[in-house]
Amino acid sequence: MDLKDKLVASFMAFEGGVDLDHPVHEIRSEAMKVFEAQGFPEKRDEEWKYTSLKALLQNDFSVFPKQNDCLDYKNVKQYFLHEIDTYKIVFVDGAYSSFLSETTHQGIDVCLMSAALSKPKYLPMIEEYFNKIAPKDESLTALNTAFSKEGAFIYIPKNVAADKPVEIIHFATGNEAAVMLQPRSMIVVDQGAELQILERHRSLTSNAVLTNSVTEIYAQANAQVDYYKVQNDNLTASLIDNTYIAQGRDSQVSVHTFSFGGKLTRNNLHFYQKGENANSILKGVTIIGEKQHVDHHTLVHHGVPNCESHQDYKGIFDESATGVFNGKIMVQDIAQKTNAFQQNNNILLSDKATINTKPQLEIFADDVKCSHGCTIGQLDQDALFYLQSRGIPQKEAKALLLYAFANNVLESVQIPLVKQRINRIIAQKLGVQIGFDL
Amino acid sequence: MLSIKNLHARVADKEILQGINLEIKAGEVHAIMGPNGAGKSTLASVIAGKEEFEVTQGSIELDGEDLGELAPEERAHKGVFLSFQYPVEIPGVTVTNFMKSAINETRKAQGLSEMPANEMLQQIKEKSALLEIDRKFLSRSLNEGFSGGEKKRNEIFQMAMLNPKIAILDETDSGLDIDALRIVANGVNKLKGPHNATLVITHYQRLLDYIVPDYVHVLWNGKIVKSGGPELALELEEKGYDWIKQETTA
Ligand SMILES: Nc1ncnc2c1ncn2[C@@H]1O[C@H](COP(=O)(O)OP(=O)(O)OP(=O)(O)O)[C@@H](O)[C@H]1O
Ligand SMILES: [Mg+2]
Repeated sequence: MDLKDKLVASFMAFEGGVDLDHPVHEIRSEAMKVFEAQGFPEKRDEEWKYTSLKALLQNDFSVFPKQNDCLDYKNVKQYFLHEIDTYKIVFVDGAYSSFLSETTHQGIDVCLMSAALSKPKYLPMIEEYFNKIAPKDESLTALNTAFSKEGAFIYIPKNVAADKPVEIIHFATGNEAAVMLQPRSMIVVDQGAELQILERHRSLTSNAVLTNSVTEIYAQANAQVDYYKVQNDNLTASLIDNTYIAQGRDSQVSVHTFSFGGKLTRNNLHFYQKGENANSILKGVTIIGEKQHVDHHTLVHHGVPNCESHQDYKGIFDESATGVFNGKIMVQDIAQKTNAFQQNNNILLSDKATINTKPQLEIFADDVKCSHGCTIGQLDQDALFYLQSRGIPQKEAKALLLYAFANNVLESVQIPLVKQRINRIIAQKLGVQIGFDL
Repeated sequence: MLSIKNLHARVADKEILQGINLEIKAGEVHAIMGPNGAGKSTLASVIAGKEEFEVTQGSIELDGEDLGELAPEERAHKGVFLSFQYPVEIPGVTVTNFMKSAINETRKAQGLSEMPANEMLQQIKEKSALLEIDRKFLSRSLNEGFSGGEKKRNEIFQMAMLNPKIAILDETDSGLDIDALRIVANGVNKLKGPHNATLVITHYQRLLDYIVPDYVHVLWNGKIVKSGGPELALELEEKGYDWIKQETTA
């Protein structure tokens, strides 16, 4: 049985474990139909031209992973921002780990999707927001919706700034041969509220892991959200990250995506601007080698006047790594005075590495400022010689140039510890010891 | 100190250096002059170890040690310094951090520990004062958006920080205004000593009024075709290169 058939067949079993009378269940059933009709995306699908799931889907994934043994904190501590105080929502093989988590209902809600889906007091919020911004016709998102049950749920009420960042961590332990995980998260940051989030997926096994994650984020008027995605997983783990963001008037949302590895990583990051003067910031650093693959598909939908968007993605590809950047900017006819900026720069360190980069501008308003640029190059040999001639060894000189290349994406990271961690991972990826502080 | 024997070098299929011989002793200043395209910058790059150029014959020795097989950074660690004719802009790396990396990597290669932060600061302060460099420059990205003259001054600042045995200054005077020329030349002179040497590449006699050479060489078509004392530079200033070309081809 292929994975699609297996998933379709297991939907009935899944229904046995959820509340069928809950309004969300109708949404699930509809979504299941969409997935059943469409199946997994294939290469002939324009949006999946350069990213093939074919090999990955050959794995015999377990779609309901067995409940895990507890993870020992000291073995996974390194994946936490343990030096600072944070809220933590931690999942192990898709199940909530209360032992590793630190949630709250005091002033803000930092808790679980399963709680939001079962407790009556959250029903109005679920009805208002659940699956409202996620596209209904996208098969992988529909698949996640069909099986939506667990994930993070965060609500920050009006004019409250969350007192500490929230970490959302998904561990896969590999007690089984291969696992498929489908976390479903929802984050609502109400008017004038503020939130910082760090999300990571980490496989602790050499067995195959496929995560198909959906996160919906609602940033209301004047809200401020900083979201950091750390994608630094092992070579048998793959991630399809679908993140959908709706922004109200005067809100600012930034998403930084640090893609440092995994077998296959696909980021579908969509911003929908719904209120004037919204600002969307999308930044990414990709550093991969071996046969790793990272695909960024971004969409910024400018649906109202006077908004801004800034996209800046840097990619460094070594060995046989492959990359994709597809940045879509859509400016509707009423979205006058839009200022949309997009930049994608890439360095290929090997003859075998490739990057496919494509800006896609669909502009229906006439009074807008849109700029985009993409570059693909090699390391600047003259710059390298210059650094070496001052005594900096070739390896360090290369690292310094690459680090400088990626640096302006790091500058906007608001949590110093996150910046420090990313710096350390970059140095490690580039194979050098130097602590960069440029 | 620096001993170059029968040096031939090429890039692609073009033989640019065609048998250079040059002996520079500790404490000396040598000047190389020559028409555009003669191979002056190529010679400088080959000494510094640029891999783009292939050395087909001959040798370069520093204090008796063959540099031939050494990477550019290893030559730097042994005391070779090149002030570039066209310094490269490196966005994202500040002058200060670049200097720290360069000094500490050099010290590491020499088996020394890292320079303590306060000493580093003191050095930076002293050397930037020597070259009258505004401290603001030091926190800017290396050469990015620097004017032509600022780049050259920054090269000599780096030289002062690294304190090389053999400094090769490739047209350091070009792009400098009159005051800057004096400041830079003064900086170079202050760094001169009995244990190091300087090779100045220039088109103009003017620089040599400030940095007085012991020997002047004329490079043409990849060869040193004439050598003499400081008076040779004056003669070239007056008469150009034609007479030497005629003398050589005769
Ligand atoms: N990478 C290269 N590929 C091909 N030709 C080169 C390369 N580098 C230098 N050359 C050629 O070698 C010759 C010598 O160049 P070089 O830069 O050494 O001259 P120069 O004496 O420094 O001239 P200038 O006074 O103009 O600075 C020139 O004809 C130049 O075009
Ligand atoms: Mg030159």
